[in-house]
Amino acid sequence: MPVDRSRLPSPGPPLSFNFPEMRRATLDNGLRIWTIEHHEVPLITCFVLMPVGSSQDPGHQPGLAAITGDLLDEGSGDLDALAVHEALGRIGAHLDTEIGADATLLELTTLEQYAPRALELLSSMVRTPRLDQRDFDRVRELRLNRLVQLRDLPPAVADRVFTQFLYTDHPYGHLPIGTEEALRSLIVSDIVAFHRRLYTPAHATVIAVGDASHDRLAELVAGAFGDWTPAPDADPPLLNVAALAVPPLDGGRVVTVHRPGAAQSELRMGHIGLPRSTPDYHALLVLNMILGGQFVSRINMNLREEKGYTYGARTSFEFRKGPGPFVFQTSVQSDVTADALKEVIGEIEAIRGERPVTAGELELGRAALTRGYPRNFETAEQLGRAAVQLALYGLPDNYFTTFVPRVLSVDEAEVTRVAQDHLDPARLLTVMVGDCEKVAPTLGALDLGELSEVAIA
Amino acid sequence: MNIPFVRHRLGNGLDVLIHADRNCPIVAVNVWYHVGSKNERPGRTGFAHLFEHLMFEGSEHYDRGYFHPLQEAGALLNGSTNADRTNYWEVVPSNALELALWMESDRMGYLLPALTDAKFENQRDVVLNERRQQYENRPYGLAGMAIVAALYPPDHPYHWLTIGAAEDISAAKIEDAREFFRTYYRPSNASLSIAGDVQPDEALRLAEDHFGGLDAGDPLPPFAVPPPPGRVEETRLVLEDRVELPRLYMAWHSPALFAPGDAELDLVAEVLASGKTSRLYRTLVFEQRLATEVAASQNSREIGSFFQIVATAAPGRTLVELEHAIATEIAAFIQSGPTPIEMERCRAQAEAQFVYRLQTVGGFGGKGDQLNAYNVFLGQPDYFDRDLARYRNASAAALQQAAADCLHPEARVMLSVVPQGRTAVALADAAPAVVA
Repeated sequence: MPVDRSRLPSPGPPLSFNFPEMRRATLDNGLRIWTIEHHEVPLITCFVLMPVGSSQDPGHQPGLAAITGDLLDEGSGDLDALAVHEALGRIGAHLDTEIGADATLLELTTLEQYAPRALELLSSMVRTPRLDQRDFDRVRELRLNRLVQLRDLPPAVADRVFTQFLYTDHPYGHLPIGTEEALRSLIVSDIVAFHRRLYTPAHATVIAVGDASHDRLAELVAGAFGDWTPAPDADPPLLNVAALAVPPLDGGRVVTVHRPGAAQSELRMGHIGLPRSTPDYHALLVLNMILGGQFVSRINMNLREEKGYTYGARTSFEFRKGPGPFVFQTSVQSDVTADALKEVIGEIEAIRGERPVTAGELELGRAALTRGYPRNFETAEQLGRAAVQLALYGLPDNYFTTFVPRVLSVDEAEVTRVAQDHLDPARLLTVMVGDCEKVAPTLGALDLGELSEVAIA
Repeated sequence: MNIPFVRHRLGNGLDVLIHADRNCPIVAVNVWYHVGSKNERPGRTGFAHLFEHLMFEGSEHYDRGYFHPLQEAGALLNGSTNADRTNYWEVVPSNALELALWMESDRMGYLLPALTDAKFENQRDVVLNERRQQYENRPYGLAGMAIVAALYPPDHPYHWLTIGAAEDISAAKIEDAREFFRTYYRPSNASLSIAGDVQPDEALRLAEDHFGGLDAGDPLPPFAVPPPPGRVEETRLVLEDRVELPRLYMAWHSPALFAPGDAELDLVAEVLASGKTSRLYRTLVFEQRLATEVAASQNSREIGSFFQIVATAAPGRTLVELEHAIATEIAAFIQSGPTPIEMERCRAQAEAQFVYRLQTVGGFGGKGDQLNAYNVFLGQPDYFDRDLARYRNASAAALQQAAADCLHPEARVMLSVVPQGRTAVALADAAPAVVA
């Protein structure tokens, strides 16, 4: 029967969603094992979560956590660097290492039939990396070269400057890759000591998801990690980033980086936001969806779909153990840089009061978060990453089942309140990477605070 | 291993492919149109991609933007254009399947009444900004344009990249968009897949209800397959860019997507440059430290592919050294072929990749997208296991032969991308590259 085109079909009521059963065990050495069955595809994905991110870098050694994470697969146990990758390659395993502000995360995906060998390799990398001088020299050189190349990449320059000026000497004040000066000053024994002290079973959570029973998954992990014993001087308390004060906001500020003749200006604008533990988490997610968190958000519709200034613009709150950044980011054609910033400040101000969220926007923001929620849990990797969030931020067991009702309970008043409480248009840090000669003179009229130009370091 | 499905062709020629997967309460709706930048003409480049943008701006029966009702229903959605095809997809909660089909069918059938000058001009600006962001303002961002421009003659439809030339985008007219839609956006030039938490009979009925009444339109004009571009004489080009480290690109013509030699060259790329144990990584990055990174790829396309190797010089090292080291490794590979260990590794990787591809129903590369790819390019949506067999059955001798046939030293394009004002660090005898 031909469809009625006079009206849109309305979706049925929200679907119920249940996170699959997760089982937990703790080994005698303190290592936590979490397992989730997922039988769709004959694969197993295994995460090793170490709460050792770049915020654990000693103040004078930014980049230490990252290079340590990078060296884990550069030779371990009986295998040199090439042999490790030969062994992974022969079973078609895929390894990924991520170093963020709060954690280092290893992810290994393998066909189920090769899981024992894959787990053995993963365990060896985490526990007994060789950390040889030659491999350290080579990897450090690659990271130094990477830093050189990042100087040419406007988004990377903008992120770096934004991070440094926002957090200054706070542990979140540098990117994981660190600085050239710090990388050059590191010696291999720094890595060895950092690994020995912080890579310990008591800090580790191993999350195994895939096509095997809970018992089998737990046995695989226990078999690979059960005999891990820490060094005598291991397990100093980790730096508690959440307890540290963040640099106080003292009005607006503009920092520019000159890129002569640049076709666009790369922009960041924002301030320090909130930690993952904030009770306003769900309301802030809804606020962000409306402000700049999805295609139909106010800021993207304004800058892209009305003005055509940019390919895309967005805002985000990055929730971490300590207060992460709230940031607007985009890349706009150079001659409209000031106009674009003015629009964004206008949107941030407006949503706090003069143009508060409407019932329609609220409905859209909540629905986008809740109705689409189940698709975040389709694959073993997604389920594992969800569990990682639980483990890293100490969220309650029922977190995934309470998410939807909690978001749906957010109303207009709550969104407006969190916008007033947590967005501060008077104290924004603005970073512009672009043609300063062309753009900087146009920024003065915006009253964004003290303007300074920095060289790309 | 396979992606089980049912197929039905509607009266207007639209192929409907349905794959049930009840793992998660979501459905992926995916539409491929068999049109891309190779259907464009010189002087009118970038149009297929600009047109893709217009498909998100509303259609006759719902003209308030494409994203709004779908995001409100919890959808994730996107689209993309390449040389050979344009695809669009939504991943929706399974209770919003009907909405996704309504929206996709409305823009397939009724886009033009809602297309206005204001929308067209706005998206032209957005695309020009996309071009600035992804190509002009990105290190090495124009290299791809220089490579295809050198590999293919000016009247060959792979001579330009899908993003097109800025002046062509600026000159695009709304009338061209209308003509383009009438020519290519028709059911018989499209393939619809529905993958996920559905009852196949019910999904088929919904597809028929929504798409069955769309006008079949005129037959598609035949695509004039251009003569093969012929062997390239060794071409040396140089491009100055805002970069600190010089980079060398090498490219060769290679067999088309699914043609004999295509899968073999995928595996050759794997052996040469995938992972730390690959020959080029090991030699250039690991042992000799000539390069900071190296990559190789068989860029498979419908009427002809190209094989490419890219390496970035480590500080203090030269592109001449890189060229020599790469040429030496290629010659050794052609001389002796892959070792048994290399064959074991690249087959294991390929096999695992096929399994990894079965994990998700939607998005780019999900099961719905794969069904449409096999259907549009081969008319065989059930090609998954035969595709896998291409890799499983590739022999060491076949890899060696494919490399020998393709990677001639005298039939390559070599592009040196160098820091501004430092053309002296390019390979010798390089002419300035032309980028649109």
